[in-house]
Amino acid sequence: MADAGREVRNVIVIGSGPAGLTAALYTARANLKPLVIEGLEAGGQLMLTTLVENFPGFRQGIMGPELMGEMRAQAEHFGAEIIRGSVTSVDLLSRPYTVTTTDAEYHCRTLIIATGASARLLGLPSERALIGHGVSTCATCDGYFFRGKPIAVVGGGDSAMEEAMFLTRFASHVTVVHRRDTLRASKIMQDKAFANPKISFEWNADVEEITDTAKGEVTAIVLRNNVTGVRKEIPVDGVFVAIGHTPNTALFRGHLDTDPNGYIITHAGTRTSAPGVFACGDVQDHIYRQAITAAGSGCMAAIDAEKYLEGLPQHLGEATLTA
Amino acid sequence: MASDKVQTITDGNFDSTISGGKPVLVDFWAEWCGPCRRLAPTVEELAGHYDGKVVVGKLNVDENPNTTFKFSVRGIPTLLLFKGGQVVEQVVGLADTAALKKVIDKHVA
Repeated sequence: MADAGREVRNVIVIGSGPAGLTAALYTARANLKPLVIEGLEAGGQLMLTTLVENFPGFRQGIMGPELMGEMRAQAEHFGAEIIRGSVTSVDLLSRPYTVTTTDAEYHCRTLIIATGASARLLGLPSERALIGHGVSTCATCDGYFFRGKPIAVVGGGDSAMEEAMFLTRFASHVTVVHRRDTLRASKIMQDKAFANPKISFEWNADVEEITDTAKGEVTAIVLRNNVTGVRKEIPVDGVFVAIGHTPNTALFRGHLDTDPNGYIITHAGTRTSAPGVFACGDVQDHIYRQAITAAGSGCMAAIDAEKYLEGLPQHLGEATLTA
Repeated sequence: MASDKVQTITDGNFDSTISGGKPVLVDFWAEWCGPCRRLAPTVEELAGHYDGKVVVGKLNVDENPNTTFKFSVRGIPTLLLFKGGQVVEQVVGLADTAALKKVIDKHVA
């Protein structure tokens, strides 16, 4: 395995969404020469969106992928080094910390975790079998395949409403399937969804199955009303799952304190349970989950890391490395 | 912006491409698909790595609906590996180079 010259970095940022790239921008401008390991889902969740209308500074809105391209270019402009690859393991027990990717091993004095969260699935075997054949978690990627076809969106939050409305551009009809009798989505999104003639709702509905795995394509979604117990099969060609996210924290299990849902616990800003390790963005936030709050916490992590490095005895990293 | 090692596969040349002697990796993609753009450098890397052993090509789903629908591709990015004209592997969504090499190596002598 390549060892990146036994060099000890001041800062490694894991993740390249709004949190990671803002942390990179600030640490780069502080002359800390951050290394950003972008990860598989580089650019984060905004890469899967279309028009972002609530990021301040863009009165006409900006396309998600374009916003991320700008953030990335801005961080690079100030000297952040961004590399492809995914982190396979971290060692936070000995210092300097070690971050291993599929290609190399890196060492750092501070680590900023911005690994975000990924779309959650229902967990049905039929769902897994039909991913790519009608089951999707990305409306902007896959809506195109359902021109003139009926589809279902599972979920009741803002993302589900956004997906449902986006999908009405292609689909003949969109059925929103939600397990409660009210939506969790914000008022503005609810109003838009209720007003859309192409969207209807199935309330108190649990998804039992997606058919037809034998055919290798989606033909229907089978629902069970969790109040009445009545089963119902709705013929659809596609099922879009938008039931929330799970934090990408598998790498840090056993190294850092997490809450029962797996989110990294932060205190006094972005500090985690390990000294010099900071977390920002959706990996530590299940409440706000916005591009702007992720970017804000990325800035906080950068400043926290900078302060931490200022207080670090000189060459601590190198000394322990040769020990 | 595909490198010259990555071929352009279309509805027109699809059959002749997959019926050649070598395994063929087809990347189903579209301009408007963010994750597809993320996968592009990985596909180019694979084309370089398997140069002469595996044909690597990209098929634009917008411009080539027949092949896309023939293989029930309803989500992108999707990678299909063909051997002897048959689909032998399928990878839906993002994957890194190391993981894809593992999948492809099973079919490369």
